[in-house]
Parts: sequence; C-alpha cells; structure tokens
Amino acid sequence: MKLILFAPELILLLGGLLLFSLSLCKRRAGLPRRLTRLVALAATVACALTLHAQGTLFFDAYRIDLFSQLMKCITCAGFAAALFASSSLTGVAEEIRAEYYFFLILSSLGLVLLVSSADLLTMFISLELSSYSLYLLVPMRDDRQGLRIQMESAIKYILFGVAATGVMLFGMSYLFGLTGTITFHQLLPALRPMMHNPAALAAIAMTLGGFFFKLTVFPFHFWAPDVYQGASNETAAFIASVPKVAAVGLLVRIASLATPDGSFLVLMLATLSVCSMFYGNLAALVQTDVKRMLGFSGIAHAGYIMLGLVTLGETGYATAIYYVIGYLVMILAGFLVVCAVSKDGENVLVSDLNGLYKRSPLLAFTLAVSMFAMAGIPPFAGFMGKFMLLTAAYKAGFLPLVIIAVVNTAISIYYYLCVVKAAYSGDPGDSPGLAVAPSTKAASALLTVVTVALGVMPDRVLAIATEAVKAIL
Amino acid sequence: MDFLTISTLGYPLLSILIFLPLAGAAVLPLLRSDNAARYWALIVTIAVAVLSLQLYSHFDPSSARYQFGETMPWITSLHINYTVGVDGISLLLVLMTTLLMPLCVLGSWRYIEKRVKEFMFCLLLMETSMVGVFAALDFVLFYVLWEAMLIPMYLLIAIWGGPRKEYASIKFFLYTLAGSVLLLAAIIGLYLSQGTFSIPAMMGKPYSMIFQTCVFLAFFLAFAIKVPMFPFHTWLPAAHVEAPTAGSVILASVLLKMGTYGFLRFCLPITPDATRMFLPYVLWLSVAGILYGGFTALAQKDMKKLIAYSSVGHMGFVTLGIFVLNQRGIEGAILQMLNHGITTGALFFCVGMIYERTHSRELDHAAGIGKFVPIYVTFLTVFSLSSLAFPGTNSFTGEFLILSGSFAKHKLLSACAIPGAVLAAAYMLRMLQRMIWGGTKNPEHAGLTDLSAREVIILAPLLVFVFWIGFAPAPFMNVMHASVSQLIEQAGVHSAQAPSMASLMFP
Repeated sequence: MKLILFAPELILLLGGLLLFSLSLCKRRAGLPRRLTRLVALAATVACALTLHAQGTLFFDAYRIDLFSQLMKCITCAGFAAALFASSSLTGVAEEIRAEYYFFLILSSLGLVLLVSSADLLTMFISLELSSYSLYLLVPMRDDRQGLRIQMESAIKYILFGVAATGVMLFGMSYLFGLTGTITFHQLLPALRPMMHNPAALAAIAMTLGGFFFKLTVFPFHFWAPDVYQGASNETAAFIASVPKVAAVGLLVRIASLATPDGSFLVLMLATLSVCSMFYGNLAALVQTDVKRMLGFSGIAHAGYIMLGLVTLGETGYATAIYYVIGYLVMILAGFLVVCAVSKDGENVLVSDLNGLYKRSPLLAFTLAVSMFAMAGIPPFAGFMGKFMLLTAAYKAGFLPLVIIAVVNTAISIYYYLCVVKAAYSGDPGDSPGLAVAPSTKAASALLTVVTVALGVMPDRVLAIATEAVKAIL
Repeated sequence: MDFLTISTLGYPLLSILIFLPLAGAAVLPLLRSDNAARYWALIVTIAVAVLSLQLYSHFDPSSARYQFGETMPWITSLHINYTVGVDGISLLLVLMTTLLMPLCVLGSWRYIEKRVKEFMFCLLLMETSMVGVFAALDFVLFYVLWEAMLIPMYLLIAIWGGPRKEYASIKFFLYTLAGSVLLLAAIIGLYLSQGTFSIPAMMGKPYSMIFQTCVFLAFFLAFAIKVPMFPFHTWLPAAHVEAPTAGSVILASVLLKMGTYGFLRFCLPITPDATRMFLPYVLWLSVAGILYGGFTALAQKDMKKLIAYSSVGHMGFVTLGIFVLNQRGIEGAILQMLNHGITTGALFFCVGMIYERTHSRELDHAAGIGKFVPIYVTFLTVFSLSSLAFPGTNSFTGEFLILSGSFAKHKLLSACAIPGAVLAAAYMLRMLQRMIWGGTKNPEHAGLTDLSAREVIILAPLLVFVFWIGFAPAPFMNVMHASVSQLIEQAGVHSAQAPSMASLMFP
C-alpha cells in the first residue's frame, strides 16, 4: 500500500537508474530521449492516480497529501511537456545525452521529493539533489563558438546557488534553535507565539531565500539571465519552468509558518515583489537575446507571484499556485519556439524570429499566444492569474502594490510585443521554411490549448489549488 | 438581477451573436481555397447580421432595463458571471457592428490578396469581441473582451498594413493597453466595495468622493484613449493610415465608439459625483478636440489621415454631447456615434476603393478623377456632405441635437465648438473640390474603372442609412429614450446641488 504512495518517485528513480545503465554501454541514438519521455509520462500518470492519496512515509519525514500530489503532478507534467517541447536536443553532444537525461530525471526527482518533504532536512536534501543535477546540466552544452559561455554560466549558477543555500541553512538553524524541531507541522504551532521575535522572522526570511533563488526573486535573481543564455535551449527551458513550480510550493509552505500574523515578513515580501517586477521588466526591455529576455521576464513574473504570497492567506496562496501553473505552460510554449527556431542549438536573437509567420505559421502562433499570455492579455492564463493575484492583493489591502503591478504590466507589454512584431511583421529575408517535428507540433497545440483553457475556465484549477493549500495550513 | 429582463425568445440570441463568429472562425482553417474563406466569412457575418435584426424587432423601447438577458456563473470563487444584455444605449451599437461586418468582408474581397484565411479569422474574432463588449454586463467579461480585441486588431494592422505598419501597430497596442491597465485596478476596487462584478449592480451606489475620483480617472484614461480625446489621439492617425481598409473601418466605426460607450455605461452611472466634478475639463477637452481635429484635417495631404483627424473632431462632438448631461445632448451623442460609424466607415471604404485602383492615398494623385468615375464621386460627395453635417444627412441630426443640448447649458462653450462645424465643411469641401474638379494633372486616371457591383453593394446600404437617419431619425431615437432618462437620473443631474466648479468655469 505504501508503495503506491511512493509510486511517482519510484518511477523516476527507476527511470534514472535505467538511464544510468544506458550511459555505461553503447547505445542507439534517440533511445535515451524516448525512454525519458516515457518515464516522465508514467510519473505524471502515477501522480494523477495518487492525487487524493494521503499518508506519511519514512518516520514522518515524508508526507503525501493533496498539496504535495498536486505539485508533483504539475512538476511531472511540466517535465514531460518540456521534453516534448524540445525535440532534438541539438545543443548537447550525442555521446553524453544519456547522462544528460539521467541528470534531468534526477533533478525532477529532487523536485518531486521536495514538495512532499515534511521536515527541514528532507527539504534540504531534496533541494540539493535537484539543484546539483541542474548545475551539471548547464556546462553539458556544446562549445561550438569556443567562447565557453556555458562554463561561465555554470560557475555563476553554482556560486549563487551555494550562497543561497548557505543563507537558507542559516535560517533553518535558527528555526531549529528557536523551536527545537524540524518537522513542519510542529514548527507551525511552536513559531506562532514567537512571531514578534526578530529571530523568528529572520529565520523564516532566510529560509525563504533558498526558494527565492529557485524562483529568481530579487535579490537572488542574478544567475537567471546568464544561465538561460549560457545553457542549451533545452536546459534553459527546464530550468525556467519546472523548478519554479516546486519553489512556489515550498514558498507557500514556509510562508504559511508566518500565517496569519507576520507584518514584517509582509513588508519584506512586498518590497521584494516590487523590486523583482521593476528590475525584471525594465531590464527585459533592452534585451536582444530571446532567452535572456525570458530570463528577465521570469524575474518579473516571480514578482507577480509574490503578490499572492504577500497576502499570507489561503486565496493568495492558491492564486500563486494557479499563476505558476499558467506560467509553466506559457514559458514552455515560448521555449518550444526558441528550441524549434534555433539553428544547431545556437541562441536565438529577437531578429532571428523575423518573419517567423511565413516560415512556420504554427510556431508563430504559439509564440504569439505565449507572449500575449505572459504580457497578461486576456483570454489567456496569464491574464486570469494576474487578475486574481491583483484581486487577492487588493483585498488584503495592498493597493499601492496593485497599482505598481498594473504599471509593470504596461511596461512589460513592449518587449513581449517586440517579439510578436518580429514574428508577424518582420521580413524573413532568405531564411528557409522550418520543418517542425510532429511531436513538437502536438506539444505546441497542446500548450496553446491549455493556455487558453486555463484562462477561460480557471474555476476547476483554482478550486483544487485552494483545497490543496487548505491541506497544509 | 432586477435590472435584467431574461430573454424570452427561447434561444440565447445574444450569445449566438457573440459566439457564432467565433465558431465560424474555428471552421476557417479547414477551408482549402482563399475564395472559400471569403464566402464563408461573408455567410457567417450575414447570418449574424440577419439574426441581430431580431434584437430591434423584439426590443421593448418603453423599458430602461437590459433586455435579451442571459446569465450564468463563470468563475464562482470570484463571483464572476457571464451576464449579457442590451439596453437602449448598446442596442444600436450592437446592430451597427453586426450590420457593418458583412460590408467589411466585402470591402476586403479584392484588397486582401495574401493570407485571406487568416485575415477573415481576425475579422471574425473582432466581431465576437466587439459584440461582446457592447453586450457584456459583467465587468470581467467586459474587460476580457475589451483587451482581447487588441490582439486581432493588432494583427490586422501588423500583417496586412501599409509600409509603417510596425510602428503603427505597436503604437496602437501600447497606447490602448497602457490606458486600460488602471481600469483593471478600478474594476477590482469596485468589486471589493460591492462584492460583485455586475455592472448594473455597481451603478448608483454611494461611493466616497475620493474613491469616485480615482475610479473616474482610471476609467477616463482608458476610454479617452480609445475615443480618442484630444491629447490622447496620436495613435489614431498612425493606425488609420497603415491599417487595411476593413481595419480602418472597424477602427473608426466600432472601436472608437467603445470609448464613448464606456463613458456612458461606466463613468456617468457609476461615478456621477466625480463626473460632475471633472465635467468642465472634459467639456473643454472636447471642444479642443473639435477645433484641433478640424484644423489638422485641413492641412492633410493623405486622404486617410484627413478622415482620421476629422474623426478626432467628430468624436469631440460626441464627448461634448455626453458630458453636457442632458437628454438631448446624450441622445444626440448616441445618434452621432452611430452616424460617425456609418459616415466615416463609408469614407474609409471610399478611400480604400481609390487606393485599390491607384495604389495611392495622396489627395494630389486622386485629383480630377471626378470625370472618370462618376458613380464613385457621387457616393463620395454624399458621404462627405454627411460628414460635414449637411442638413438632410444623418450627422446633421446628431450634431444639431448635441449643440442644442449644450447651448441649453453652456453658451460660451457651445459657441466655441461652432467653428468646428465650419472647419468640417472646409476640409471636406476642399477634398471634394480636389478630387472631383481637381484639374487634369493626372491624365493617367483616364483608364480608371468605375465602381463594380460589389462596391456599390458595400456603399449603398450606408447611403440608405445616411438619408434615413437624416430625414426620419425617430426609429433610432425611440429605442434610446427610456435608457437615457434612466442614465441621467443615475448621473444625478436633477437631484444634485449645482457643482460649484462648473459655475466658476462657465460664465
């Protein structure tokens, strides 16, 4: 019975081992990719089947509830979508692809473990499992230009990552020192009476830091644009999307420690939100590299997600989860186009998208949907998410924050629109038409449909997210 | 829901009008040839137009309630409903939209040669969102459609536009979007104070003055950009000049009306006190727009630009009529919205037809064509006369009502608007004079063909409406009396104490 509770993790683990053994022997090209896709799909199905399962494992260090299963389900589905979105993996040398997928699976496994962790140690170990796999994926990119830009990115990634981890560990040590426990459900009541103690606030704030890093919230954002730019397109697609879901999950979990009374924490979260929005949007305005632009826009989106956390309330948390689901879909759609347009896995400039409409109408359409959705234009998921976040923040009394957020929306339109403009009214010159793989076509159609469906019918997702948040409060 | 009369037709007429074009658009990608796409779009838009006529025949003009109502829950956790309905203010606008769309399809028949399917797709999406905006009675539904409309309109300009399409389309998008982001904040604020997104439920509630002021300013920015009112108008000429004919027509006839519709539907009834406070400024801005539009139009060499600037002036009359806040003014404004849609739409069609023949919109290039295309210049003359509010044409009725409404309240202000009417005559007659009797500088125009049957079919219905509204506006006026009376009551003009600022600014 307990085995079923652990099924998604087991599937990923077995898949990882399989990939590991594949990496040891001579193998057929394309096999690792197909295997990984299969593993991701199987894990998604397993998560969906165990959505309403409940229980604890490993001496209460690991908790299965609606919240964890929902986040796992999204993580695995995002993992699968990221795999289907980037079909060819041209940016990584043929002979290390088995290893590449091995680490990719391990990273997903780490994220899946992360959202289920019921104490600080499990959380820390899962986070590191996920992070270190990702650190390794970045330098695996081909060095075609000889600039070794991926090495620079990897070093930046790991240094910032380790620093953020240090901050988080420091915070965790305070939490343990104050309460004498590391399990979440004992931390919550133990912290409540000392919410006015500065040490408790500092502890929570610093523990959040580790996940601010994952979500690219200011001031833990520095790595994002460089890593997106330096990593291969496929790696960047993964880094930009899937870990953020788990990060939001854990941010909600840790922020809920401060619920309902954490006025200092609220002030900090609000400040970080404003800084992230402005920094991300203003810096994105001048980017020419699409991935770099998406990196900065990701910082801004992290700022929007923080609007939900600022409220320190159930609706806000649920909305933040809804938003990150929407973001996952939008950003994957964007990266799908980047991967498909890229020549030999090179980076894509905004000018490379010129006239994409003539080269591949489907890709151009997907790109437009993704950009408009991220800009927050209805009827896509981005608008509905932003709208609900704003409503939640306004309701909690953060009117200035709401106004700053809508002003940021207006700023961000420009750079998203420039991409759409290039795709629709640019001149393709003599660039040939693009042959798009059937699986990419299917993925892009699916992502588009989901983006619209999430935006038009948010009720179901929001209801389940609310229920999930209730499970941990 | 006491404001809504649920539809008794037995089928959801408004929803059909909103979603039929969307369904039609969904079929388009399956069609093989360009011609099939054209015919399909024509069939869909005509079907919508024919269906929409029932709105008029089943409308009860004695009631100020929203009719043909439909409501169902949409997003329950935020109390958002899908609620639609039309009253005397939106009825004519919905009808104008649906009746104009088949003409737009016909007008693009030859003009659009490349990517016809995608063009028709965008047109049908536009129709869905435009009808939806006028029919929406839920604020979120309204906002979703209001913003979603930007995407197909942007694509219409960005893909099928003229040489400076990139600049024009981006400017259009940025301006309108930047204007309406604060609208979103205002909507959320209203929701939190009333607990509902229902538009009629927000009307006539005792909001504090400071709240009203903020909401009014957010509304005003969004709608004034859309209208466009005087200092916010710069996107309009660019967008008009670069857009394809059908795009210009939709832009001028329907999109601009959304701004003034917004004033009528939201500003006046929801924030009446703030409206009265800001009224003098808005009125003077309207007058500035009338004069500015007129003078600028007088100097244009590009025909589309000329008409675009004339729109700024005409829309100034509409906002003038709205903000004088009396029955005649507002009814005249609504009628003038309709008139502007008909006349300016027709003028853009006319320019498009010349452009298809000479590939130029320059006034000089079109000089003296009167000799070669007599039917065309006949149409052009009538529409131009209508545009300058010649007695007997539709705009005369509208402008007369607006001015008589405004003279009743603010004499000096109205007197300042009068030169606008003279300017309209000047720039329109200047254009006519050049085009018809502009000499023989362009002998190569001798080979021009006169209007085809298709083009006559486009212009003839508009011509009928020009004279119909000009001579017998009663059928159009009757439907709006009840709603306008209620609106004036909601704006609180009769009951309220005289606004002090207004008396300071008007001698």
